[in-house]
Amino acid sequence: MNYPPNVRIVIVPCTGRVAAVHLLKTLEMGADGVFVAGCLEGDCHYQSGNLRAKKRVAYVQQILRSIGVDPERVHMYNLSAGMGPRFAEIVREMTDRVRQLGPMHAAAGVKAEASKH
Amino acid sequence: MIMAKAKPIEEIINTITDFDKILLAGCNGCVAVCEAGGLKEVQTLASALRIYFSQKGKRPVIDEISLTRQCDKEYLEELKDKMDSYDAVVSLACGAGVQFLAEMFSEKPIFPAVDTCFIGVTQEQGVWSERCQACGQCVLASTGGICPITRCSKRMLNGPCGGSENGKCEISILVNRDVACGWHLIFERLKKLGELERFKEPAEDKDWTVSRDGGPREIIREDVRP
Amino acid sequence: MNSKTPSKLEKILAAGHLAVTSECGPPRNGNASVVQKKAEIIRNHVDAINITDNQTAVVRQCSLAACIRLKLMGIDPVLQMVTRDRNRIAIQSDILGATSFGIHNILCLTGDHQRFGDHPNSVNVFDMDSTKLIQTVRMMRDEGRLLGGYQMEEGRPEMFIGAAENPFADPFEIRVLRLAKKAAAGVQFIQTQCIYNMEKFKLWMKGVCEMGLHEHVAILAGVTPMKNVGMARYMKNRVPGIDVPDPIVKRLAGVPKEKQAEEGINICLEQIAELKEVEGIRGFHIMAIEWEEKVPEIVERAGLYPRPKVE
Repeated sequence: MNYPPNVRIVIVPCTGRVAAVHLLKTLEMGADGVFVAGCLEGDCHYQSGNLRAKKRVAYVQQILRSIGVDPERVHMYNLSAGMGPRFAEIVREMTDRVRQLGPMHAAAGVKAEASKH
Repeated sequence: MIMAKAKPIEEIINTITDFDKILLAGCNGCVAVCEAGGLKEVQTLASALRIYFSQKGKRPVIDEISLTRQCDKEYLEELKDKMDSYDAVVSLACGAGVQFLAEMFSEKPIFPAVDTCFIGVTQEQGVWSERCQACGQCVLASTGGICPITRCSKRMLNGPCGGSENGKCEISILVNRDVACGWHLIFERLKKLGELERFKEPAEDKDWTVSRDGGPREIIREDVRP
Repeated sequence: MNSKTPSKLEKILAAGHLAVTSECGPPRNGNASVVQKKAEIIRNHVDAINITDNQTAVVRQCSLAACIRLKLMGIDPVLQMVTRDRNRIAIQSDILGATSFGIHNILCLTGDHQRFGDHPNSVNVFDMDSTKLIQTVRMMRDEGRLLGGYQMEEGRPEMFIGAAENPFADPFEIRVLRLAKKAAAGVQFIQTQCIYNMEKFKLWMKGVCEMGLHEHVAILAGVTPMKNVGMARYMKNRVPGIDVPDPIVKRLAGVPKEKQAEEGINICLEQIAELKEVEGIRGFHIMAIEWEEKVPEIVERAGLYPRPKVE
């Protein structure tokens, strides 16, 4: 699987584990963007963890809007474990999007995102 | 429990924008239950504020803490040693907690981060609804356990009014959600309990001096005072 | 115990005639002639004229002032009073003010919620509701006493006490019980919400008569003529508590635009004729909002003119 090297992957057992504060802290600590990659809707191993993640991503986007940060720096994607090429595509898409938005912070920092492996 | 909801972050930013050392103080009581002001919310708010300020090129100190409660002095005292390090405190407690904090640390600006809304219950996760108006003279015994002061938009004692339709209060069309007609609920409950006779008699008058209308209130129990 | 008041409306009902009332809405400003003009159009065709009280929570010239104007014109007003905007102090005060001008009819209402009006941000008062207001007026009239206990030596209100009822709101079961409660509180006449659904209305009247309420309370059936099919649709879909059955809308829609007003009046007259036969109906409350000029025609064609004279 080939994808841009600017991605840092954080593995969680289910995207339902991801809280709003994790996404915000990621941006606070130096990432220019963060995406959450969860199972396809309807296929969550833990029933609806990915649906909770979706709501939390939307909530964080709302917070970002109110503090003047482009909400597109945080995004939710859904895919299955077998969709390697799709994952690479997602990374490219997110990288392009964030690159267009420009760096969040003056100094380059560690870039990270949460994903399911 | 007392239910509150987070203030718009823009409003909070406006109040703290000139300060450099800020403490966010949460409360693990009521506001934690309704996910407005507990430790989780303190952490989220702190992170959002730091991102905001760093985007503006500022780096104020934004520290996080959450107390057991802010309406009891022994818990507020935990902050005594720390207070000097800050020039402002943002309290995520309900209005009572914010005020008590401000009374104890009266030389520090204390700002609220939530809007305190009502006394209510957890209908289901993520949905909290109002049940009590703290009127000081509970009439639940005669209304089948449903409060007409809180659940009737007009606090009628002899409801329902003519606007009750399909069990919904007339204001439902104005607020874009279904507000149950409190008196419809009372009628159905009294019917279930076989107490419909209560419906036929005009209600007793209510004394509003024991409610907010009578002025700020106090309860004193001499038997438990030291 | 109910005493007899100088109210012409009460006397007409006591003499066994069908009563006719109508209403005038005051303007949203201080213009003195609006109410005067409306009242002049209908004065000889009704027994009393209601003045609405900040209807739908929209600020208008107050009912008490407009009622005084009617009194000065020699017309009997019905003071509509809502409890939404005034506490018990102001309410009793206004009743005494009305009494000082010889106003003998009062319609006790709770009032539409203030969120419906042009000042939704205001506090709502509701220190009492319509039932409590009925009790209050009755106590002031029959015992000369205020709620706080003060005993009036003279100048007691002499008011014929009315209220409104909506037989079409839910649940239906409550609607008769509500009237029973108001009757127990002292209400003497009722003006109903405007009727289009005859079936439901007759069912309510049956319940009312079964409880014997019609013997102590004079029920005036509310009627409102439709100006056009648009009005029918609006009232059906957008006004809470009004029940307009489809056949009525269809009937108006089936008639060319320029004939719809006439058809609306015909429907109204048919309703009045049908309601005259319903047990317990003691008169009509004709609400021709912003169409007051049609009231004389309706009263005459319904066989209710001239109005009876009473001492």
